Amino acid sequence: MLTGLTLTQARAGLAARKFSARELAQAHLDAIGRLNTALNAYITVLPEQDVLASADAADARYAAGTAGLMDGLPIGVKDLFCTKGVRTTAASKMLENFVPPYESTVTANLLNAGAVFLGKTNLDEFAMGSANMSSAFGPTTNPWTRKGDESTALVPGGSSGGSSAAVAAGLALAATGTDTGGSIRQPAAYCGIVGLKPTYGRCSRWGTIAFASSLDQAGPMTRSVADAGLMLEAMAGFDAKDSTSSNRPVPEFHKAVGKSVKGLRVGIPTEYRAPGLPADVVAMWEQGIAWLKAAGCEVVDVSLPHTRHGLTTYYIIAPAECSSNLARYDGIRFGLRKDAPTLDGVYEATRAAGFGQEVRNRILMGTYVLSAGYYDAYYLKAQKVRTLIKRDFEQAFENVDVLLTPTAPSAAFAQGENMDDPVQMYLNDIFTVPASMAGVPALSVPVGLNGVGLPLGLQVIGKHFDEETVLSIGGALEAAAGFTHKPSVHAGAGA
Amino acid sequence: MSYTIEGRTGTWEIVVGLEVHAQVISHSKLFSGASTTFGGDPNTQVSLVDAAFPGMLPVINHECVAQAIRTGLGLKAQINLNSRFDRKNYFYADLPQGYQISQFEYPIVGKGTISIELQNGDVREIGVTRLHLEQDAGKLLHDQDPTKSFVDLNRSGVALMEIVSEPDIREPEEAGAYLRKLRQILRYLGTCDGNMEEGSMRADVNVSVRKAGEPFRTRCEIKNVNSIRFVMQAIEVEAARQVEIWENGGEVDQETRLFDPSRGETRTMRSKEDAHDYRYFPDPDLLPLVLEQAWVDELAAQLPELPDAKRARFQAEYGIAFYDAGVLVAEQAVADYYETVARGRDGKLAATWVMGDLFAALNRTGNSIETSPVSAEALGKMLDLIADKTINGKIAKEVFEDMVETGESPDAIVEKKGLRQVTDTGVIDAAISAILDKHADKLAEYRSGKDKLFGFFVGQVMKETKGKANPALVNEALKARLDA
Repeated sequence: MLTGLTLTQARAGLAARKFSARELAQAHLDAIGRLNTALNAYITVLPEQDVLASADAADARYAAGTAGLMDGLPIGVKDLFCTKGVRTTAASKMLENFVPPYESTVTANLLNAGAVFLGKTNLDEFAMGSANMSSAFGPTTNPWTRKGDESTALVPGGSSGGSSAAVAAGLALAATGTDTGGSIRQPAAYCGIVGLKPTYGRCSRWGTIAFASSLDQAGPMTRSVADAGLMLEAMAGFDAKDSTSSNRPVPEFHKAVGKSVKGLRVGIPTEYRAPGLPADVVAMWEQGIAWLKAAGCEVVDVSLPHTRHGLTTYYIIAPAECSSNLARYDGIRFGLRKDAPTLDGVYEATRAAGFGQEVRNRILMGTYVLSAGYYDAYYLKAQKVRTLIKRDFEQAFENVDVLLTPTAPSAAFAQGENMDDPVQMYLNDIFTVPASMAGVPALSVPVGLNGVGLPLGLQVIGKHFDEETVLSIGGALEAAAGFTHKPSVHAGAGA
Repeated sequence: MSYTIEGRTGTWEIVVGLEVHAQVISHSKLFSGASTTFGGDPNTQVSLVDAAFPGMLPVINHECVAQAIRTGLGLKAQINLNSRFDRKNYFYADLPQGYQISQFEYPIVGKGTISIELQNGDVREIGVTRLHLEQDAGKLLHDQDPTKSFVDLNRSGVALMEIVSEPDIREPEEAGAYLRKLRQILRYLGTCDGNMEEGSMRADVNVSVRKAGEPFRTRCEIKNVNSIRFVMQAIEVEAARQVEIWENGGEVDQETRLFDPSRGETRTMRSKEDAHDYRYFPDPDLLPLVLEQAWVDELAAQLPELPDAKRARFQAEYGIAFYDAGVLVAEQAVADYYETVARGRDGKLAATWVMGDLFAALNRTGNSIETSPVSAEALGKMLDLIADKTINGKIAKEVFEDMVETGESPDAIVEKKGLRQVTDTGVIDAAISAILDKHADKLAEYRSGKDKLFGFFVGQVMKETKGKANPALVNEALKARLDA
């Protein structure tokens, strides 16, 4: 099954000319044709002739012996990355017809590495959400279902839910995601795939539509840990156009997988053992600890005392930045415009029509916490707490190499669940947000199924710019878990 | 205190502080690579960053930072090695991002001072509170269509320095002197062209009034005044308005006002209730601006000589008066011109020629110093001809006018017109004999004690020699002959 391969397997197959990039691309276009209506993983699928033309170019490079790192590999691109000449919506009515005249740095890097883009994947509107329910183009459905309850549609997680569903269901070999508070890791866990949020600054943010600038970070969503390393290698790198991008050299990440983890110290944050954490999640965590011990790691308890404030401070800082970042959607220069007799009227009409409820909620929250008289109590305080959270991690990493936690407090939930209580929805990010606040790299690896057959993920958090150790540990978990389960909906099923 | 307002309840003084927005001279904008040339067709100098397209990010332009540092150094101000960019959030059609990137809490330049000189010769120090870097907005065009406004983003993102003064100004004249001096310094530094008509320098004027010894009363801000004369007028009328309100038992509201020069009044633009809440916060797209002291030192070492220093040096080096030195350093180009003329010559004579005949000629021919028909080198050469007695002062005027007209060198003109000074005593003696013969009556009068006639004889001899005789030699020879 060409649609069931890892990037690493597909690249080997292409290099050995076992199949062509055209065949590989065609197989994915066919799978999208069959399954996208049900899953709604793609907002935009690229025209077949364009996809095949890129694949043909990749085949030519293989023939010439000049193939790049991602050459001929068909992938999905989260519809938050601006793609030149290809509609980029951020899953918002505001940008329903927006066609950027430029290519984001991350997607340009992938194109330079030879990747073949299949289309733009669905997401929560402007990446704000944890369930992919806030997309103006309709929700994405998780290809996994509960055993014995196959008719209940589950969420794929969010905000990169279209990417995670596409990768899990065989509609792409891999996909790009972006992670602000867990938007790569949580959907990866919900869909049984690997998701890596690199260190803040590892990938350029230029050309990626901003949600919260100090937190946004692009990363790979793949079927294996080695794939995550390979794809990150292609995505990452210094970009003079992004002042916050790092000029550190990009290591050969994929080589980190398979390296011995013997003697590495793994920290277990005691504060994450929250009361009320479901038993299956706790059990999977214990299993992960046991696997790493068996692989020769030393497991110790660590304390992240300010982590309990992570979610609260995140929901001050991220909305504050978003309220400002989204001010540019005013109907004047691009995107949706609703005419009105006055300038303020144009703003009101355009933004009321263009933004969905969750985006509006966050703009309002962010505007509030930055307002005169509230700034010190909310934004400034949150920034101070953020510094403390960062320090917690730095102190923990004086004694350990990585931290191991669950990725999310539960498996995927049903569409429509948690919808009436935003706070309940925000709790999905409780384990992922602290690493975002600290800017450290974090990986979600699928390690098993819960009692109703839904995948669960474990999160490996590492030191700043030490994705390599994170990938090594992730590789060890992957090897021990031997996760080969397939969702009920996937391109190989019944074929 | 020379400027006060006499009210019914007593004497009022005015308190003024100025916020000057000075457009930074740089090839490209503060956070994008787009060009900053003035006068391009609308929306031809706009990058995707300036138009705030999705996913676009600002990257600081180091030349703009250098210009701010140079300006800070020129204002004898503290350079802050750590500063930060903040977002000032508000919606307007000329503001693509929905926020202006500015420096709110931590500006790049701290306290400094500007020394101003008043008409009566008094010198005062006006404090500078701070200087910070920020983006300019675009421009709205309301006259292109009966129902629509158009947006031109050429200016959007151009670097501005906002230079804030302390509320140290007490007279309209001081405000004018402050602005002129600031403009002069900026021009010397090459950091802003100071052109108020084109809007590359604009002033917001904060005005309040109080009685002597009182703490500050409520101030009003008059926005975007675009000439020095209007700033001075606006202060006068605004101060008078406020005195009127206070004296009628009213209360001045803190608000933003506009100055209408055609009606000579200020009026409300935004009241306090409508004041924006700008929701400043640190721009997460930019790192804190951290400067190396070594770079600041390097920029300081390369700083040009500034007007005050130059003026003092001109006085000392060329022996010219304080006032004259002030006139000559007012513009860098004039100072350079003067110095070329004066170097190695009689500095006072050079000043007389530059400020006298040269300025008059420039005025008359509608030229600036840059387009002067007489180069500094040529004028210098002419002074050399005076010094070596090839021509005398009177002939020099004639030579100079010829230079203005033809652009020829003074030597060529002297040769062509045969204006070389007559120093041949034989020729002079012959001329004296002729004149004494012709005016025997006057000679008799002189000899009978009418000394004043000496001047008459000098004039006649000069006339006889067509002005070319060396006046000193004529004097000497005449004296010898008359008193013989």
